[in-house]
Amino acid sequence: MASGGDGAMGSGGAVTNPTTGLFDIRLTVNGTLHAVSVPARRLLSDCLRHDLRLTGTHVGCEHGVCGACTVLLDGVPVRSCLMLAVSADGSAITTVEGLAAADGTLSAVQRAFKDSHGLQCGFCTPGFLTMITAALAENPDPTPEEAREMVGGNLCRCTGYQNIVTAVLRAAELTRAERA
Amino acid sequence: MTSMFGEPIARVEDDRLLRGEGAYLDDLGHDALAAAFVRSPHAHAVIRDIDVSGALDAAGLVAIYTHEDLPGRVGEPLPLLIPHPALTHGRTGYPLAAAEVNHVGEPVVMVVATDRYLAEDAAERIVVDYDPLPAVVGVDAARAAEHLVHPDVPGNVAAHLVQANGDAAAAVAAAPHRLELDLYIERSASTPLEGRGVLARWDTESRRLRIWTSTQTSTGVRAAVAAKLGLALADVDVITPDVGGGFGVKIVHPWPEEVLVPWAAMTLGRPVKFTEDRSEHFVASAHERGQRHQVRVGFDDDGRILGLDVTFWHDNGAYIPYGVIVPIITSTQLLGPYKPGAYRVEFSSLYTNTVIVTPYRGAGRPQGAFVMERTMDAIAAELDLDRTLVRERNFIQPGEMPYDHGLIFQDGRPLIYDSGDYPAALARLKGLIGWDEFEAVRRAARAEGRRVGIGLACYVEGTGVGPYEGAHVVVETSGKVRVATGLTSQGQGHQTVFAQIAADELGVPITDVEVVTGDTRAFGYAVGTFASRAAVMSGSAVALAARAARAKAIRVAAAALEASPDDMEIVDGVVRVKGDPGSGIALGTVAVLSNPLRYAFDEAARAATQFVGGDLSTPPVAEGDEPGIEGREYFSPVRSTFASGMHAAIVETDPDTAEVKVLRYCVVHDCGTLINPRIVEGQIHGGVAQGVGGALYEKMAYDETGQLQNASFMDFLMPYVSEVPERIEIDHLETPSPLNPLGIKGAGEAGVIPGSAVIAAAIEDAEGFPITSMPISPSDLFELRRRHAASGETANASQTASVNRAG
Repeated sequence: MASGGDGAMGSGGAVTNPTTGLFDIRLTVNGTLHAVSVPARRLLSDCLRHDLRLTGTHVGCEHGVCGACTVLLDGVPVRSCLMLAVSADGSAITTVEGLAAADGTLSAVQRAFKDSHGLQCGFCTPGFLTMITAALAENPDPTPEEAREMVGGNLCRCTGYQNIVTAVLRAAELTRAERA
Repeated sequence: MTSMFGEPIARVEDDRLLRGEGAYLDDLGHDALAAAFVRSPHAHAVIRDIDVSGALDAAGLVAIYTHEDLPGRVGEPLPLLIPHPALTHGRTGYPLAAAEVNHVGEPVVMVVATDRYLAEDAAERIVVDYDPLPAVVGVDAARAAEHLVHPDVPGNVAAHLVQANGDAAAAVAAAPHRLELDLYIERSASTPLEGRGVLARWDTESRRLRIWTSTQTSTGVRAAVAAKLGLALADVDVITPDVGGGFGVKIVHPWPEEVLVPWAAMTLGRPVKFTEDRSEHFVASAHERGQRHQVRVGFDDDGRILGLDVTFWHDNGAYIPYGVIVPIITSTQLLGPYKPGAYRVEFSSLYTNTVIVTPYRGAGRPQGAFVMERTMDAIAAELDLDRTLVRERNFIQPGEMPYDHGLIFQDGRPLIYDSGDYPAALARLKGLIGWDEFEAVRRAARAEGRRVGIGLACYVEGTGVGPYEGAHVVVETSGKVRVATGLTSQGQGHQTVFAQIAADELGVPITDVEVVTGDTRAFGYAVGTFASRAAVMSGSAVALAARAARAKAIRVAAAALEASPDDMEIVDGVVRVKGDPGSGIALGTVAVLSNPLRYAFDEAARAATQFVGGDLSTPPVAEGDEPGIEGREYFSPVRSTFASGMHAAIVETDPDTAEVKVLRYCVVHDCGTLINPRIVEGQIHGGVAQGVGGALYEKMAYDETGQLQNASFMDFLMPYVSEVPERIEIDHLETPSPLNPLGIKGAGEAGVIPGSAVIAAAIEDAEGFPITSMPISPSDLFELRRRHAASGETANASQTASVNRAG
């Protein structure tokens, strides 16, 4: 793994620091470029949370089932607990902290969650928000069935999902209203 | 200004959480050392040797601790939190196992390192030599007692309790009709998305300990840890950060880690953190639900229960720190909205070599409702009566309230229902789901080759148990209002509903109210968040404290305006003469005036300084008075208040795959006066999802050696959106409680309680044979079909071996 930095590890190509055994990587997170040195085994979720201190991304299972750690990697939702930080070298990542506008205005998905009581404890919420943001970019006008499918891979223990599905549809509605 | 109480306003918590600015336990303490644990791989074993030598040169290692390293009370067994006379053989675990392990996952060695990766590396290099013993797994093995979990606990029986009202055995024997049922519920678990976690900082200079923990009781942790570490309460702060769900599992305290992490922080003089991972949560936290029940019931020709005699066995796991609360709740709340002629209940709480039990949302009530509602359905089937009719005939009537069951409830107080209207709730439920029209639905489905069934289940839930909660309301000189209450929050929206209450009581905009929960620095006396008690207990305390602050504000303002307090009101944060908007003083100014000053700290404060004037013949602070506009009040009700509800579901069972789909799910819910209907509905949605999960998907698959085979989200089938009903149809009934100032009853657990009962009833109705064991998977249902077909029974056979007509 320590020598396998080429190709598989993203466009930037990870560089081993022979004295520390660490890899120097560059991640553009929410528009800001970060240079980090990480061990090969560092999970992307841990790198974001503990190295960059972006703790909005949560870890619910560390085996890729719950979806709480979902971030957007070059716009595509990925489970950051199933990815090594070195594999994300050179990528642009959006976490929950990057969803609101620069002036602090909540995104349509965030507002929809608030309007629809789509969260309770809030632990799974960042994963839903990032997932739905990506899904609505692909399909801005989902049917209720499609809205359910969009959130079909994320676990929530509090809400029973009904209000989350409502929030997906509400977010689509808000986005359409903004564009009109 | 519109009233906030009763309004479905959006939550004040959400903005922060939606931005990723929540602060859950593992989001804190980036500078802390990390703890990891070596846990037992055996369900039952003697520890022969622990060899840490291989780990001593591990990178980043700071310390390794075993039981022998723990001084005095730190290493002793954890407290038995709720003693009970029936709990004759209470045993609790050690923070680190002393000589024996009693379940897979029990902590044996603690490793502290510079980060969690390195702590786990070191833990892997520690070798523990075990001498395995036979494991006791499941209720039946515990009852058989071929092997013992604890050698000094005969029969594996931790507790045995009997309660009775009347002579149930005689009433059953004399009844014209009798049935016996054997009913089983499998283990499940709270499974919050965030596991447990604790962070501790020992301030080496002030010699004070500060603990952050993902708990349902910060004051409980504070008292327990202070006792273990020999610290004064005043030198220990416990702060509950944002908590990613609790559902009961986080009420147990102190967990081994909640003792060890603070102790290590003190010992090392450095902050230490433990964050539980998912696989640890499955084997090292707590489960619930596992119980087997035997019912003997006698009834008349109309289906009225003359005698009900229930014996059940509760699987409490390896230790019993939380006492017998869960089986006591089953044994009392089983009665639901009904009044059997005579009732006797007997339970044994049994040790097994599995994870401990703590109340999981519903806390023994789902089992109780399952037992009672399956019994009601069996009576209806036996007499060929409509299932709703049998229930109606057994209901306690509204005119019989308060209704005394003649038993003792989980809070040690009489089981007396305060209010409720069960016939009205049933009428609404029948209308909501279309009970009387269902046969047409069934026929139409059958014509399409589809198999559907309908079921219903009722429950009564004792909520708002004591002993007390308190609240502190302070009006700041800025006019902002700060509310503190000691119990914790895990997503229930307490900051919103307590602000709604305080805003209305004080007469201020809700945007001026800030609520703090679960922080012993802000409020040191509290019990905790469990048993659907937060709104009832702290909500009432907040109302009382806000009323006290309001009275004080009016008194101070009336003196300043030379008006009668009786003529004053507070509107939009201004204290004024009633109906005279021009006469007022802003609350913030009143707060300034209430605190006579020598030193002006700003322009506004000048009004309270000593040369401004006032009555020079009286002391600046009158005898018996205090500076400031504050209220501190406690609410301690005489007993619990009883919420109630009824659920009905229509399910479709696939004739080939035996898959069960919930087509409709209807809820009629009565939690007294609603503070925020949106939040109550959210609680019901989440509860129903857990109820459906518990009925159809979730179980703890232990093998006979005590290994949990499904200890991950890959294999423990927590529902995704695809597994829960698309829309839960809800109707509220509001029967106010006479036991608190707001008329409220708890709502947190209700949604989950009748889940297994209602789904079982609907499947039974679809399939035509009794469902007596839950959860039920497609494989289970398929097997039941095969067995019933093989035994030559028709699809309409009403009883089988597990539902016996008694001789």
